[in-house]
Amino acid sequence: MSDMIETESLRFAYPADEGQKPVYALRGVDLTIEKGSFVVVLGHNGSGKSTLAKTFNAVLLPAGGKVYVEGMDTLDQSLLLAIRQRVGMVFQNPDNQIVANVVEEDVAFAPENLGVPTEEIRRRVDDALKAVGMDEFVTHAPHLLSGGQKQRIAIAGVIAMEPDCVVLDEATAMLDPVGRREVLSTVHRLNREKGITVILITHHMDEAEEADRVIVMNDGRVELDGTPAEVFRQVTRLRRLGLTVPDTVDLLDRLRREGLEVPLDALSVEDCAAAIAETVRS
Amino acid sequence: MLKDITLGQYFPGNTVAHRLDPRTKILLVVLYITALFCAGSFAAYGLMAAVLAVCVRVSRVGLRALVKGLKPVLFIIVFTGLLNLLFTPGEGILWAWGPFHVTETGLRNAAFMVLRIMLLIMGTFLMTYTTSPISLTDGLERLLSGLKRFHVPVHELTMIMSIALRFIPTLIEETDKIMSAQKARGADFESGNLMEKARALVPILVPLFISAFRRADELATAMECRCYHGGEGRTKLHVLQYQRRDYAALTLGVLILAGVIALRACGL
Repeated sequence: MSDMIETESLRFAYPADEGQKPVYALRGVDLTIEKGSFVVVLGHNGSGKSTLAKTFNAVLLPAGGKVYVEGMDTLDQSLLLAIRQRVGMVFQNPDNQIVANVVEEDVAFAPENLGVPTEEIRRRVDDALKAVGMDEFVTHAPHLLSGGQKQRIAIAGVIAMEPDCVVLDEATAMLDPVGRREVLSTVHRLNREKGITVILITHHMDEAEEADRVIVMNDGRVELDGTPAEVFRQVTRLRRLGLTVPDTVDLLDRLRREGLEVPLDALSVEDCAAAIAETVRS
Repeated sequence: MLKDITLGQYFPGNTVAHRLDPRTKILLVVLYITALFCAGSFAAYGLMAAVLAVCVRVSRVGLRALVKGLKPVLFIIVFTGLLNLLFTPGEGILWAWGPFHVTETGLRNAAFMVLRIMLLIMGTFLMTYTTSPISLTDGLERLLSGLKRFHVPVHELTMIMSIALRFIPTLIEETDKIMSAQKARGADFESGNLMEKARALVPILVPLFISAFRRADELATAMECRCYHGGEGRTKLHVLQYQRRDYAALTLGVLILAGVIALRACGL
């Protein structure tokens, strides 16, 4: 089977104060995420995108419907460790997910929990640090690293479990542009070279450009779902959802409104320039 | 200003003192403290001081760093010293004034007490200076693992310790940030009497605590996501293993303790 994660009319509500109705953060989500794909989940604050991410490795359990990870039901307590080993999660604040005060000890944390033999832990730690390009920092203290570096350590800590899927829950939100680029190129490489499924939760539109698939969440439901070109073509709809579109699409949209017949699905700067040049020439 | 807290500070190095197994070092400190309490003569204290001097020499930790460690407890040292000096009853009163009197035994006791505290603190600090916090907690966990049989949550306690150590720099950094933010809005931490200064700390402590709780919550989730489920079935990246030098050091430690006890038995 080639499905990494599958949700069936997934619903979730955060516990409400007494006497009040629970507010549903997810109201019926049906998704199938294929193995090896790079999926970006977009949405403004409160759209349910982070809640959705947390149901993928049983941090949150569905209040209705089901979540299957490689066919395993997340509601089944006995499968908890197996599910969490397969779906790694990286969070927003790098400081709050680093456990140890030496880089290698932190990366070793997950394999230690899984009871991996010592020599095998050593190999995994070295491999994981190499995979995120941090192998020269093995014995450093994490609190002296930059935000982007810390986040790459956090990714290495997850990779050391040898998961099939990595979920990044707004993992780039607290980083400066340099750190963001570091993290993004790292996960893209992991996706390409190791075939790890990547689910990137973000509110930065530009991070979606190179994805295989973009899912836009709104009010606990999937609003748009498709390739980046398909999704970003819907400029007006995205704006109505309170999302900004990438600068290139914005430019093309404005040109169209001025009466220039340019295509809307040129996302990268190069494609955009080429598209405009061609239209102007003809 | 908050950055230079020397609480359990570690000076990296590659001397024998650094390479000893943390368990050995913890046991040696226990032996050293026991010996200190057994010591009852200047000869014995001289031996203990010499032992410490050799250890300091071997570890290449500067004597100045060790003396600096004494600073926070200076008050306790002076206080116990004076108490022993002025209130010990006994023969041979050298000086008396009202309720205070200095006797020969008092002089001896005071000197021993001060020496004992100083050596005890310097010995313990030498261990923390040459052992990284993580290997220290590792060593502690392994040493105390026998207590698990009596339902002492050894793994949990050492995990708490190592996470606390991990978050000290993070929280210090955060405190600095909050203080700067409050100063930028006109808060005054320097002037005023002690009460006013203490009250000025409240607007720092409240956000610090709130954020610490939030951090704890997030860290717990992150740990669970990395399959943490307690100490059950956990393996280690670094497995502690006694080397020949550990046995040698421990034998030496026991011999010194025996020496001190022998000195006492001989009435020296």
